[in-house]
Amino acid sequence: MTSVVIADHGSGSTATGAPPPRVRRVGSTFDGFLGLGLVAGAAALAPVVALAVIAAGGDGGLWRHLFTSVVPRATWETSILVLGVAVFVMVVGTGTAWLVAVHDFPGRRLLEVLLLLPLAFPIYVLAYSWLDLLHPVGAFQTELRALLGIARPADLRLPDLRTLPGAVLIFGLGLYPYVYVAVRTVFLAQTAALVEAARMLGASRKRIFFRVALPLARPAIAAGTALAIMETLNDVGAAEFLSVNTLTAAVYSTWVNRGDLSGAAQIALAMLVFVSTLFLFERLGRGARGYAVVGRAVRPMNPIRVEGLAGFGLFALGALPAVLGFVVPALHLLRQAQERLAFAGFADEILVETLNTVSVAVAATLVALVVGLPMVSGRRLNPGSRLHTALLRISTIGYAVPGTVLAIGLLAVYGGVDAVIRAARGALGGAPSGLFLSASFAGLVIALTLRFFRLSASKIETGLERISPSLDQSARTLGRSPFAVMWEIHLPLMTPTLAGAALLLFVDCMKELPATLLLRPMGFETLSTHLYGEAARGTYENGALAACLIVAFGLLPIILMTRIGRRATIPAAEGAPS
Amino acid sequence: MFKPGLLVLAALVASPAAAEEVNVYTTREPGLFAPLAKAFTEKTGIKVNTVFVKDGLAERVAAEGEASPADLLMTVDVGNLVDLVEKGVTRPITSPSVAAAVPANLRAADGSWTALSMRARLVWADKALKLKSITYADLADPKWKGQICIRSGQHPYNTALIAATIAHEGPEKTKAWLAGVKANLAKKPSGGDRDVARDILGGLCKIGVGNSYYVGLMRSGKGGPAQKTWGDGVDVLLPTFAGGGTHVNITGAAVAKNAPHAAAAEKLVDYLVSPEGQAIYAEQNFEYPVNRAATVHPTIAGLGALAVDGVSIAEVASRRKAASLLVDEVGFDQ
Repeated sequence: MTSVVIADHGSGSTATGAPPPRVRRVGSTFDGFLGLGLVAGAAALAPVVALAVIAAGGDGGLWRHLFTSVVPRATWETSILVLGVAVFVMVVGTGTAWLVAVHDFPGRRLLEVLLLLPLAFPIYVLAYSWLDLLHPVGAFQTELRALLGIARPADLRLPDLRTLPGAVLIFGLGLYPYVYVAVRTVFLAQTAALVEAARMLGASRKRIFFRVALPLARPAIAAGTALAIMETLNDVGAAEFLSVNTLTAAVYSTWVNRGDLSGAAQIALAMLVFVSTLFLFERLGRGARGYAVVGRAVRPMNPIRVEGLAGFGLFALGALPAVLGFVVPALHLLRQAQERLAFAGFADEILVETLNTVSVAVAATLVALVVGLPMVSGRRLNPGSRLHTALLRISTIGYAVPGTVLAIGLLAVYGGVDAVIRAARGALGGAPSGLFLSASFAGLVIALTLRFFRLSASKIETGLERISPSLDQSARTLGRSPFAVMWEIHLPLMTPTLAGAALLLFVDCMKELPATLLLRPMGFETLSTHLYGEAARGTYENGALAACLIVAFGLLPIILMTRIGRRATIPAAEGAPS
Repeated sequence: MFKPGLLVLAALVASPAAAEEVNVYTTREPGLFAPLAKAFTEKTGIKVNTVFVKDGLAERVAAEGEASPADLLMTVDVGNLVDLVEKGVTRPITSPSVAAAVPANLRAADGSWTALSMRARLVWADKALKLKSITYADLADPKWKGQICIRSGQHPYNTALIAATIAHEGPEKTKAWLAGVKANLAKKPSGGDRDVARDILGGLCKIGVGNSYYVGLMRSGKGGPAQKTWGDGVDVLLPTFAGGGTHVNITGAAVAKNAPHAAAAEKLVDYLVSPEGQAIYAEQNFEYPVNRAATVHPTIAGLGALAVDGVSIAEVASRRKAASLLVDEVGFDQ
């Protein structure tokens, strides 16, 4: 049997009872890791500082109004939405992960992939698709009325999707995979020995789930839920469809309709502080505990076989969120795109847009990973260094502000940088003209990297936690430099994690809209800006093809993601005697 | 050391003056602007580069500063247009042909902006009602309780309508009116104007508020067969203010302060307000012309004679913030 040691490397004790390997508290020695961290931290902080400057420029004249008429209601609706989505994604994400990790039933493999697919949908496309389907004059109710022999739509009133509970449902369906993907990895890779031990000791399945699996998965659940919450807070489009007045919508109307950018920046920063505090508390509550499974091989648990009708029941139950979150809305979109193609033909520019979309997404993904791995490794190789930790946290800040707000901050930063470059050029005898970061490909890539760096950092952190720190310590004892530890130990062991992170990043960069829209170069259209161009004038059906392509391009990486997840565990399983 | 590199950069960045071109920053959707740009290029040989930006167009031009390549700034709402002027990123349009083509109430007195096309804010009604006429004031009549659909009160099309009401009735009466409309809503505001037509057809409400061009777009079948049924499924009425006309909003343009091709930008504006350009607006998007010499699209003309309200577009823009605050105060979107 594989030897498994649970190292509780935060509190310093280990499950084997051996004295903890004391790590030299090195503090913050300056090295390449720190240098990179400083650059990343400064880049991430720059737009926030720019926003703070904008916010400080306001006279606060609207505060009274905002606090009596806008903020209380918006805070209430936002809280309910966020709370609802959090509960939904935790229950559905963890439940489905447990279902496919612990049970074996016909169709399990298929289900593992299906459950990830809603990730391919931008939430506002998901909202649009469902709304179109379920509307009284949409396909579903029209059929239903025909079936029931009811002539007028007014005679059959079903609940409207455009309510707060409806929004919770749509957001939840689109976002639960963030939890599912994180938790499933933990269940597959980490809990096998413990679950089986508990099983041998006679614990009931329910007890194992609540006392063993759930505590182990808590960091993953928290990380996935945090992502889902931030995606919810960042949304503007779907909330408008579903008539939810979120704080983000309030930021928008304060800026766009009242022409008060300062006021908007103030609300946005207040939200940022609130969200950051929330996650800080979660982190503190969880403590410094981290669990690493130490051993030669990590193997999946022996699944419980469920055959026959019960097996099909499990499959159907697990498939429900995937069917509602992906299959049905995707088929609807596909049908619309097909009708559109027959009606209006294929526009050639969609090929260029696809190329643009992919190139920006690939570039931003690479940057996020190339910066992410050293920063996370560097923090781990400098235990006790608050600076490394702080820089890592700061550099993920772009995920906690809505995309447009981040973009507004970046506009100011880029404009400033360009002005400095122009001045420098002028001083050197060149023409003091031109734009450099503003409206450039590079500027767009930086923006997307800052926006989604948290995904990179969070994924890499989770992956690194699964590698025992004793490996680092051995290598360091043998005289390897921190860089060599990263290069020779972390990188090879992290390949599956990095690939998984890359795919998630790629999909999210591809779906991103507000920052892309505002910062892209002239004449540079992506699939999402094309789709928005149609959606903004209400001709969604014209955007159906672009929407289908976004979903299709998202699908491929997502399916790859499951393959990687599997490969990471299966060779180990084969190596382990059972 | 750095000089050669920077000079190379400069060579890359500096635009070649060979072919004439014009850079357009627009909040008008690309699908609608592209045909106009194409026709302009065919006529003049001036190349049109476009970037479609929704919110943040003014901020982008301001951040790019003196190096901004933007020549012409186009928006689909008067408020956004005035924002540009207030941010100081525009310069006056000097072309005499613009002044000749566009009536004075549809452009800034100092020439800082001009309207390019108009759209009227209309009432759509369930055909079964056989409604023949309606005023904006009627929307607050309790007889419509639970029967009105409308998009978010914070949408520029609605804040402009409310701003026009303030200009007519003053803030107090407007607030009472808005609260009355709110009390009549069938459901929380959501979606866009087309959703309103769909909701009426779906039996969720009896009447709704929407822009004129959507009627043309839906009824023309350009949006596909489903939308044609939405458009054909409602009666369209041109409401008026008591003692006034029908509220219109505009799409418009301003020339950028640091425009590298200001002359080409003015040529483009000239073209857009010419009968030829106006015809494309009508054909593509069913908008009312600002140039009296241009003709109204038959579908739109068929809705009835439009009596444009007397309150100037500039005044509507100036009351937009007050309107937005009222929307919050009566909890219109909640």
